[in-house]
Amino acid sequence: MKNLDITKLTAREMREKLLSKEISSREIVSQHLDLIEKKEKDINAFISINKEEALIEGDKIDKKIKNGEKIGPLAGIPIGIKDNIITKNIKTTCGSKMLENFIPPYDATVIEKIKAADGIIIGKNNMDEFAMGSTTENSFFGPTRNPIDLERVPGGSSGGSAAGVGAYEMALALGSDTGGSIRQPASFCGLVGIRPTYGLVSRYGLVALANSLDQIGVIARNVEDATLLLETIIGHDKKDSTSIYMKNKDLLEKLNDNIKGIKIAIPKEFSNVEMDNGIEDIIKNSIKIFEKLGANIEEVSMPHFKYSLATYNILSNAEASSSLSRFDGIRYGYRTKEHSTLDELYMNTRGEAFGKEVKRRILEGTYYLNRNNREKYYNRALKLRTLIIEDFEKVYGKYDIILSPVSPVLPFKMGEDKNYLTNIFTVPVSLAGLPALSIPAGYVEGLPVGIQLIGDKFEELKLLNVALAFERDLALGGEADEI
Amino acid sequence: MISKEEINHIAKLSKIKLNEKEIEDFSKEFTETLEYLEIIKEVDLEGVEPTYFINTNKNPLREDIVEESLPLEEVIKNAPDEKYGYFKLPNVMD
Repeated sequence: MKNLDITKLTAREMREKLLSKEISSREIVSQHLDLIEKKEKDINAFISINKEEALIEGDKIDKKIKNGEKIGPLAGIPIGIKDNIITKNIKTTCGSKMLENFIPPYDATVIEKIKAADGIIIGKNNMDEFAMGSTTENSFFGPTRNPIDLERVPGGSSGGSAAGVGAYEMALALGSDTGGSIRQPASFCGLVGIRPTYGLVSRYGLVALANSLDQIGVIARNVEDATLLLETIIGHDKKDSTSIYMKNKDLLEKLNDNIKGIKIAIPKEFSNVEMDNGIEDIIKNSIKIFEKLGANIEEVSMPHFKYSLATYNILSNAEASSSLSRFDGIRYGYRTKEHSTLDELYMNTRGEAFGKEVKRRILEGTYYLNRNNREKYYNRALKLRTLIIEDFEKVYGKYDIILSPVSPVLPFKMGEDKNYLTNIFTVPVSLAGLPALSIPAGYVEGLPVGIQLIGDKFEELKLLNVALAFERDLALGGEADEI
Repeated sequence: MISKEEINHIAKLSKIKLNEKEIEDFSKEFTETLEYLEIIKEVDLEGVEPTYFINTNKNPLREDIVEESLPLEEVIKNAPDEKYGYFKLPNVMD
């Protein structure tokens, strides 16, 4: 198979061809490594490339196949890992000077699961420092560029994971999503990105930004590939007491594209948001497609939607200020040279090694939690969160799925500051802990636009079915007008 | 308006040393952020319960069984300074 470009295959095709012995695991890995070498100077999707180890793991799988041993569901498939997910013996930096040289002595639970499924860790992906940002410009290791247009941002904070999958540097990637950090870059790079229900995936080994909001999820080039990786990483973990037992884990097997009678809701408040030209047309076209597929679509109201960004800002920064207090220059990570007292050691270490955005957010969070402000900000935000959750619960009493744009803005040029706006539709979902995904729905001026599908808690299968039906219809032509 | 003094105070609480430029920028940005957050004051939150945790599962209990943990040299290898298997610090007491 000398002329086959393996990198262009889907993850599931790689697996099929591996099982039928058309290609070897080593070929899969080495073709991806070659492409990474070619593209990285433009894209910068990686902070570390796991070259030698990935080749060794590839050979191990080939040996297993040769000996007739059973291979795991991710066998031979190269997977990129966001650099805030702990990987044993592979540098894990969180995109920060603070952890520039940090080599973890253990694996995150999701990494253990990927390894147990014979997946190949191809490298660690660039990100906004400590997942704070939506452009991946905010990394100590330089910005990542969008493979669709190198002048533009790939979104963030899981921008390296998205750009790498989009540039065919790997078939699958893990990201993390606190306020939209998987869904938004997936949309900006024309990919499928899934944030699972809070608790579905263990967070053990994910460097925390905000514990009550963080979730690990997946990025892939299509729904089935994304499902393959998602079902590998879900499950209760005794090391994460917030993780949950799920009975129906076999998502890929049950996946189907019959969505007749599915009820889709569109909150009317979403249309008050100012959007870039063309995005509304994409939504209208998507509605037509869903109607054609047999879904019922109705308008609903979510009266507390407009408080989501403020609530998110307070809660996520409050939690971050606490989470990041572990970086003290004592046990691991950077330590300042300029200190004579313990207090100077703390202050200078954190002053020198945290980037500006990280400092700003820690300060804001500390301010909201300060005893004089706590009632005014933090406690009010906790209550607003309740009201936002109740808005969703009312909708899911009658509907299966909520449809929205992922981002109100198109992928923008590097250096343009639109950070705050981009998460307006993704943040409420995070506050409610619901599963949601971003799926490509078309192009505006050559730039990809994703729609967001939001499901009820633990209704991942329903959500994936709707996404699959939509994806298949789009691939078949998709323009609703053509019917 | 959040003054530079207030920013300095919060920075001390956060154990982060800031330079002059940062103090000035944060003072401006904080003021803007707090203006935006005014929006949350308009909601009547009387009788609304706070949400600290979104799922309903309780802390699961398990038997307290001793398991193997990481070897000391693995734990200590990322420390910026260590001695005799301990994290090394400047004098805490004068």
